[in-house]
Amino acid sequence: MATLQLKHITKSFGETDVIKGVDLEVKDREFVVFVGPSGCGKSTLMRMIAGLESATSGDILIDGQRMNEVGPADRGLAMVFQSYALYPHMTVEDNMGFSMRLAGVPKEKRREKVLEAARILELEPLLDRKPKALSGGQRQRVAIGRAIVRNPSIFLFDEPLSNLDAALRVQMRIELARLHEELDATMIYVTHDQIEAMTMADKIVVLQGGEIEQVGSPMELYHHPRNRFVAGFIGSPKMNFLPVEVVEADAKGVSVTLPGGGVSKVAVDSQGQRAGDALELGIRPEHLVLDDDQGPLTGEIQVLERLGGQTSLYVQMDDLMVTIMADGDVTHRVHDQVRFGFAPGRAHLFDAEGLALPSLEQHPLAGLRRQDSRASDAVGQ
Amino acid sequence: MTTARTKSLSGAAVPGVQRSPLTDALLNRRLWLTVLGWTVAVLIFFPIFWMVLTGFKTETEAIAEPSLIFSPTLESYAEVQQRAGYAKFALNSVVVAFGSTLLALLIAIPAAYSMAFLPTRRTKGTLLWMLSTKMLPPVGVLVPIYLLFRDTGLLDTRTGLIIVYTLMNLPIVVWMLYTFFKDMPKDILEAGRMDGASTLQEVLYLLLPLTLPGIASTGLLSVILSWNEAFWSLNLTSSNAAPLTAYIASFSSPEGLFWAKLSAASTMAIAPILVFGWLTQKQMVRGLTFGAVK
Repeated sequence: MATLQLKHITKSFGETDVIKGVDLEVKDREFVVFVGPSGCGKSTLMRMIAGLESATSGDILIDGQRMNEVGPADRGLAMVFQSYALYPHMTVEDNMGFSMRLAGVPKEKRREKVLEAARILELEPLLDRKPKALSGGQRQRVAIGRAIVRNPSIFLFDEPLSNLDAALRVQMRIELARLHEELDATMIYVTHDQIEAMTMADKIVVLQGGEIEQVGSPMELYHHPRNRFVAGFIGSPKMNFLPVEVVEADAKGVSVTLPGGGVSKVAVDSQGQRAGDALELGIRPEHLVLDDDQGPLTGEIQVLERLGGQTSLYVQMDDLMVTIMADGDVTHRVHDQVRFGFAPGRAHLFDAEGLALPSLEQHPLAGLRRQDSRASDAVGQ
Repeated sequence: MTTARTKSLSGAAVPGVQRSPLTDALLNRRLWLTVLGWTVAVLIFFPIFWMVLTGFKTETEAIAEPSLIFSPTLESYAEVQQRAGYAKFALNSVVVAFGSTLLALLIAIPAAYSMAFLPTRRTKGTLLWMLSTKMLPPVGVLVPIYLLFRDTGLLDTRTGLIIVYTLMNLPIVVWMLYTFFKDMPKDILEAGRMDGASTLQEVLYLLLPLTLPGIASTGLLSVILSWNEAFWSLNLTSSNAAPLTAYIASFSSPEGLFWAKLSAASTMAIAPILVFGWLTQKQMVRGLTFGAVK
C-alpha cells in the first residue's frame, strides 16, 4: 500500500519560483505520469518527492505521513534516473545489491534478492558485467533492477526512456507497463513525451510553468482538455486552432462563424459568451474530414506526408496553416484546393483566456483507466 | 556477421585511400606541433641534463669553458656523500612530502566535495580567494610564521614542515579536486543517496573510486611541489628535519669551487622524484587532462 499526497508544494531557487503550489493525490498502485515541456518543473517535483530536493513550503505525505524532513533512502522509494546513474566501477550484481550492502544485508540474502530481480528483468547472464559492457537497454534494465531490489512502495522514473532509440523505447514502454502489473506498485513517471504519457498512465498530470494545468486519465485529457495548453500538448499532431466569432449561444451549444464564412454549432456550455465575442475553435487533425462537396472550410495543400496508413495534409487557409490527418489512400496532390469539415461533437471552444468551454456531453471513454483499456482491447481482439 | 561487416568495410576502405588536401594540411599541422613540442621539451630538460653532466665533472671542469667531452668521475659524489649523509635528508623529504600530501588530501576532499556538490553563492569566490593566497610572496609571512614556530617548538621539526607544506599546497589541491569532482555525474551520487548511502559512504564507495585518477594526479603534484620546495625548508629547518632541498643548499658556499658538488647533490636529490614521476606519468597525464578530453 502506498499513497502519495502533495499539499500546496512550492519550490523556489533564490528569486525564481519553479513550483508554484502543487496539490496532488496519487492513489495506491496508480501509474501517474508527469508530463510537460522542458522547464515546467516536472523533474523538480519528482526530485522533491524523492527527497533529493527540499520543498520550500507545503507537505509531502506518503501513506499519510509527512516526509518533508525524512531522508531519500527512508521514504520507501526507489528512483530510476534518466542517465541510468549506474555505478560504473561495480558489476551489475553489485549495482543492484548496493542498497542492501549499505543496509548490512548478508551476502547470501543479497544474492538471492538480486537474482530474483534479475530473473524478472532477464538480466541473469549479465550479472558479472560492468555497466560499460552493456547496451543502453540493458543499462536501463539494470537501473530498474536496482530499484526493484529495494522493494519500494513507490517507484519514481525520471525520463527513463529518453536515452534509448525509438524501437527500444517502444519495447521498454511495454515492459514497464508489464512490470507495473507484476509488481503491483505505485509508479510515478516523468516525461516530456506525450505518447509515453498517453500509453502508460492511469493518470496524467500536465504541468506548465510550475503549475498543474490538468489532472486526468489519458482519454479525459484528450477529449476534454481544460484549456488551450493541454489541448495543444496532448495529441499528435497538434490540435489546430482557428479564430472564430460567436453567432448565437443557447442551451444546446454555441454557434460560431468559421474562417471562410460557414457557421458551425459546437456542443459546449456557453458560459455567458454572447454574439460577437471572439473565441478559438480547437479541432484535432484526426477529426478534420475531407469533404469535397460540402466541407465548410477550404484551403490549399502545401505539404503532403504519406505515412502509408495515414496521410498528413498541411493546408494553408488564408494566413493560417491547418493539419489534417486523412486516410492513407487519399489521391490529393500538393497545391490542390481542398474542402473539409468536422463533426460538431469533435470540436472544442476556448475563450479569450484560453479556458475551454465545457462540453455538454462527456465522452464515453473519458473515465477509462489504463487497466480497463487493456481488458477491453483483449475483448476487442 | 561481424567479421563479414569488418571485411567489407576494410575491403572498401583500402583501395579508396587517397591523400586529400585536407589530410596533407593535417599532417603539416602535426609536423609543426611535433617540432614545437620537442623544442619546448628540450628547453625544459636542458638545465637538468647539464646539471647531471656537471655532477660527473671535476670542480675545475665544472667552471671551465662548457664542453660535452670530459672524462666522467664520481669524485663529487664521493665527496658529497662523505660530507653529509644523504639518507637522513632523503627520509625527511619522503616523510614531509608524503605526509603533507596525505594531510592536504584529507582536508581537501571534504572541502572540494562540498564546493562541487553543494555550492553556494560564495563558492566561486571562496575558490578564487584560496588561490589568491598563492599570489602572496611567502617571504611576506616568513617572520610571523618563524615566530609562531619558535614559540610552539615546531622549528626544525618534520611536523612543522608538514603543516607548512599542507597549507602551501591546499589551495591547489582543493582547486584540482574541485574540478575533478565537478566532472563527476551528480546522478550517481544521488542514486547512492536513494540507495541509502550516508555522505561518508557516498564519498568512500562512489566518489573516491570514480575520481581516483584525478585524486592520484593531484596527490602526485602535491608530492612533487613539496619535494622541491626550498624556501620554507631552508628557513624553518636546520639539522633534524632538513629535507633534500636543504641538503643541496648546504653545498653552496661563498668561497671555493662547489658547482660539481652542488650538481651531484642536486642530481641525487631529484633522482627519486624523477623516477617516481616517470613511473606515474601515465596517471599524471590522465589526471591532468581529465575532463578536457572526452
